[in-house]
Amino acid sequence: MPVLQYREAIRQALAEELTRDPNVVVLGEEVAQFHGAYKVTEGLLEKFGPKRIVDTPISEAGFIGMGIGASMLGIRPVLELMFWSFYSVAFDQILNNAANVRYMSGGQIHCPIVIRGPANGGTNVGATHSHTPENVLANHPGVKVVVPSTPYDAKGLLKSAIRDNDPVMFLENTILYGDKGEVPADDYLIPLGKADVKREGTDLTIVSYGRPVIQSLAAANLLQQEHNISVEIVDLRSIRPLDMDTVLASVRKTHRVLIVEEQKPFCGVGAQLSHMIQSEAFDELDAPIARLCTIDAPAIYSPPVETEQLPNPQRILKAVIEVLD
Amino acid sequence: MTKKTSAAEVGQIDPGTGKPDPAAAPVNASLSADQRIALYRLMVRIRRFEERSLRAYQAKKIGGFLHLYIGQEAVAVGCCSLMGKDDHVITAYRDHGHAIAVGMELNPLMAELYGKATGCSKGKGGSMHFFDPARNYWGGHGIVGGQVPLGTGLAYALKYKGLKGACMTFLGDGAVNQGAVHEAYNLAALWDLPVIFVIENNGYSMGTSQARSSAGELARRAEGYGMAWGSCDAHDLYEVRAFMSGFLEKARNSCKPAVVELRTYRYRGHSVADPDNTYRVKAEIEEYRKVKDPLQVFQNRLLAEKVLDDALVEKIDAEARAEADVSADFAEASPFPTADDLQKDVYWEADNPSQRKSGGRLFFN
Repeated sequence: MPVLQYREAIRQALAEELTRDPNVVVLGEEVAQFHGAYKVTEGLLEKFGPKRIVDTPISEAGFIGMGIGASMLGIRPVLELMFWSFYSVAFDQILNNAANVRYMSGGQIHCPIVIRGPANGGTNVGATHSHTPENVLANHPGVKVVVPSTPYDAKGLLKSAIRDNDPVMFLENTILYGDKGEVPADDYLIPLGKADVKREGTDLTIVSYGRPVIQSLAAANLLQQEHNISVEIVDLRSIRPLDMDTVLASVRKTHRVLIVEEQKPFCGVGAQLSHMIQSEAFDELDAPIARLCTIDAPAIYSPPVETEQLPNPQRILKAVIEVLD
Repeated sequence: MTKKTSAAEVGQIDPGTGKPDPAAAPVNASLSADQRIALYRLMVRIRRFEERSLRAYQAKKIGGFLHLYIGQEAVAVGCCSLMGKDDHVITAYRDHGHAIAVGMELNPLMAELYGKATGCSKGKGGSMHFFDPARNYWGGHGIVGGQVPLGTGLAYALKYKGLKGACMTFLGDGAVNQGAVHEAYNLAALWDLPVIFVIENNGYSMGTSQARSSAGELARRAEGYGMAWGSCDAHDLYEVRAFMSGFLEKARNSCKPAVVELRTYRYRGHSVADPDNTYRVKAEIEEYRKVKDPLQVFQNRLLAEKVLDDALVEKIDAEARAEADVSADFAEASPFPTADDLQKDVYWEADNPSQRKSGGRLFFN
């Protein structure tokens, strides 16, 4: 099977969907001539031309709102945010217009857009560029939220997202863009709302998504080797819709849960998850549900301290041992 | 008003302004008597609908906000009467007039105000959120200026598909200072999108007059983006149509965007919750009503043209009042949506379960 970088897997998904459906169009800052700020869209302009691959001005409210309007007439725009952090200047367009227009029209309109781009810390770019807004987005009924952790998932999920008739928020990760993995060259889809057990285990379940899944896999290997602890890892992949069945099946198997997320703790995705797990599997739990989040402060610049602020394999390892103690 | 009506004959120069009478413009001269009557009837139906909805609001049948269109009828009817099959309309929260102007029936509109399941948005949108995509009417949007990028996107889609249409994107004078509006202006001009930004200037952004809120001429800001612009008085339906038709042709045929300002006036407060006693004087409202009322101006024109007579004026008015009353009866008799309807129309996939591809939960407790 071909081995691709995460960014190449996304690019392949875009290219396949652009080829399949003439109404798919990619718009964003630097996506065409510059080949993408993170080279995700490299080569697409040359292959599909300027009508399909469109450089926009730095004008997120403008071009995202425009994409939403175009989608109401049947265009399927894939809108790139150079950083998801910039969603805040388009907040009204995304979370008033895209999220609500179907409801407010009594179901007469649907809004088949994808907004994609990286949402992560860990690159020493300070608080304004390090937001992880999946909790904020998922708080709005009407939008879907996807956070892939591997190249394989990124391709299959993005293709599903582009074909979805609801607005899908697709959160990537700059640190994962260079990660490699096996990615089939053929046309495969991963449905939204299907979690994936990334590692089987018996002692404790880590529920996670995005880059912390990769960090949890590293921690799980150390825990197995050095502490003889067997960790199961459930990768949600999709925050909304949410596959609770897979989460609960794992809880029933291991009876201990650690939620790992690159989120601030307050009102984070993990808060909702832990509520649902205790509500639906209370009798299965042998320990309180634990959470490991980004330490609750704006993202610090200082490189070594930012590493400590975020989830990392050492913090995860320690948190697992604390739950099992 | 007298000066205008005295110049009603086709081809005559208005002695008041020295300009050609807009009645002589081809877009108006070509109207049949029946078409003229239909335009007049639309304006009357808007006004009687609004008056009836105000009474329903006062009777506590309607919740939330109610932004009445009374006084501005010539704008929506004038503009929307020029729509071809690929022309589209989107507007802000003062959206009843446009809805009626594009042909929506009064029953589902009044039912929407009453929050009933038979409303045009099933009682989920309310006064500010009327939609009818089948009539190319895309709302009805509550956030000031928020609809302007959407209208630009409708125009983008028209151009992408190679359709010869335009999107009239209405905004109020209070919206011109919102960032999203300027972002949309730039995109429209940069990419030659067939959108006309129609500033409906009723003089007040809520209770703040134009002089206290906006620097310069509103539409002239288009110059900064290299876009065409213009402004006109919008109490005379013929003038609105004559003025708009050129901009629409350029948008449809050459994908040329424009910003236009239509000077109008609202007789009622910003919403019915506005007591309207702090920021303007009653004499100002009365003066406009006396001289520039769009219904009266057009009625006078059509009387002078002998298209209307007093009996027909009376009949149209009586029918419009009756139709508005019927819509209120319809709304009153209709059922409310139920709690079971709350989570419908949120996700396309949830509403089309047989075509659902995703798994997992879409809704949460």
